[in-house]
Amino acid sequence: MKKLLEVENLNTWFHTSKGDLKAVRGVSFDLEYGESLGLVGESGCGKTTCALSIARLLPKEGRITGGKILLEGVDLAAMTEEEIRKKRWKDVSIVFQGAMNALNPVMKVGDQISEAIILHDKTSKEEAKRRTAEILELVEISAKRAENYPHEFSGGMKQRAMIAMALACNPKIVIGDEPTTALDVMVQAQILNLLNKIRKEYRMGFILITHDLSVLGEICDKIAVMYAGKIVEMGTVEDIFERTAHPYTKKLISCFPNIHGEKVIPEGIPGSPPNMLAIRPGCSFAPRCTEKQPCCEQSEPESRQIGAGHYAACHFVRGGEGR
Amino acid sequence: MKNEIIRVEGLKVYYDLKDSFVSNLFTKKKKQVRAVDDVSFSIGKGEILSLVGESGSGKTTTGKAILQLLKITEGNILFHGSRANPEDKAYMKSFRQKAQMIFQDPYQALNPRHLVLDLVAEPLDVNRLVSSAKEREERVVLALEQAGLSPGGDYLYRYPHELSGGQRQRVVIAGAMIMNPEFIVADEPVSMLDASIRTGILRLMMKFREERELAYLFITHDLSLAWLISDRIAIMYLGSILEIGSADDVIKRALHPYTKALTAIMPTPGVNPEKQRNTLPGEIASAAEEIVGCKFRTRCDKAFDKCACERPALKEIEDGHFVACHLY
Repeated sequence: MKKLLEVENLNTWFHTSKGDLKAVRGVSFDLEYGESLGLVGESGCGKTTCALSIARLLPKEGRITGGKILLEGVDLAAMTEEEIRKKRWKDVSIVFQGAMNALNPVMKVGDQISEAIILHDKTSKEEAKRRTAEILELVEISAKRAENYPHEFSGGMKQRAMIAMALACNPKIVIGDEPTTALDVMVQAQILNLLNKIRKEYRMGFILITHDLSVLGEICDKIAVMYAGKIVEMGTVEDIFERTAHPYTKKLISCFPNIHGEKVIPEGIPGSPPNMLAIRPGCSFAPRCTEKQPCCEQSEPESRQIGAGHYAACHFVRGGEGR
Repeated sequence: MKNEIIRVEGLKVYYDLKDSFVSNLFTKKKKQVRAVDDVSFSIGKGEILSLVGESGSGKTTTGKAILQLLKITEGNILFHGSRANPEDKAYMKSFRQKAQMIFQDPYQALNPRHLVLDLVAEPLDVNRLVSSAKEREERVVLALEQAGLSPGGDYLYRYPHELSGGQRQRVVIAGAMIMNPEFIVADEPVSMLDASIRTGILRLMMKFREERELAYLFITHDLSLAWLISDRIAIMYLGSILEIGSADDVIKRALHPYTKALTAIMPTPGVNPEKQRNTLPGEIASAAEEIVGCKFRTRCDKAFDKCACERPALKEIEDGHFVACHLY
């Protein structure tokens, strides 16, 4: 069976007045039907750019300079704007951070969802209305609320409505770009539970982009850790949390308080992420790495397999640990 | 409590809701939002008390009311045992120097058109504490270096947009610390920052606590963060404190059903085999609605008859561990 999504050696650059900014540098991953991938990293590591590249929603300064984005074998990266417009939302949809502010305040919520259905599926108004009601029930909003305006919804409900809109055309992949960051802990847990339930039920691919490592453990099957435009480690949730290989991943995990652990403020990661306009040779994490050796500054480590489905890009990871 | 620095007694902050003219004619009672509804606690010298709750629970309002940044409806704020009086200008002047606030968003807290030098020196200028430009600069350099921006001289003539998020928050802290305060209200000071930068800011705040016995009211929605840094935690819901006690008591031996629900969904890094967290049904009610009895009963699965008629008061269950629930 074909894979749902295969991203091969994706490169995305932004054209700036100071030169080309290489935001994504050779990212590869794949996604099965019904599988969820967490893309995690600090701000500026290229995780959102990855998502925008897949949905082909890059701003005009950005362009995909290399690589393939194969959705069921069809390359999205090579499509023209006209072709991608038919695919977008029907095949790949995206829920943004603070998406609740993206609702049109002077249009009924139900009408906004129906509009998307009518535009993409060319259905009748009645059919669209029926499907809107169905989809609102799916995200646990009473169908009666379709007649409400966005200001009558709470923050969590607005975000649910946005999820409903993303699901309106039965997409194959939903990308959540920090979909719960602006919400309260309780609402956040409700929404993540909901997304998880829906993706399993409909065998959708789900990519969750977040800087919050602690929510990934329960939502995702796989995790990819990004740093300076590259995936530095990828594996199952167990690989990342229990068989952590890359020094960056170790550091990142240690930054989150764990109430089952010791009550000390973690050290954090000294220094700051590299300037993406002037990438130096060698491993980009080397200047902040406590385990660095002279060779790290000279040659860039390739991504190496260290277990089934577990990859890390570091000169000093040992393969096959604990297997 | 010995060495008490701040005491809050029965603090209430109500806002009148604006209704239409017609409904004002026909209804006698005005609708009110009870943002903070009878809150009492105290903070000792060098102590960190975290105020945890969902948005709309009144935690920021409490913080602002303590600093007299908004009008208090009822109740007292005592600073070093003397009652804060917003009318008394001389008192307020010294109070403003001793109690400072750090805001959540370092991108908005700094005027983008001011230099770092002027931003940090502003409290000095307002209080006319420096006589020469040289002294002013020296004080600012010192404050920046204490806030972890060294050499401080390199930052003086920069604008906020030239700094990263973590550096901005350090500038904000330098500005708050330059008056040598005794008490700081920190309103979600790290929630906008990346995890790796977050710890640096927290360590900085801890350093000031060790060195100067600075006391903090730390406002956050992140329970695990509150557990990590604070001595005591107070859980707020719809303007009331439901549970207060030592950090370990509240997080690891929670008593109130709401605290239990919050600790149960607290995300921790690691593998979660169940892959599903039990969430509370519904959302936090509006503070404009008057709820008779316990405010949490509408979402509580343990609610019984008594909860609907009588509001539970805070009761000491264990030493220093208070809970407002009829179950205890």
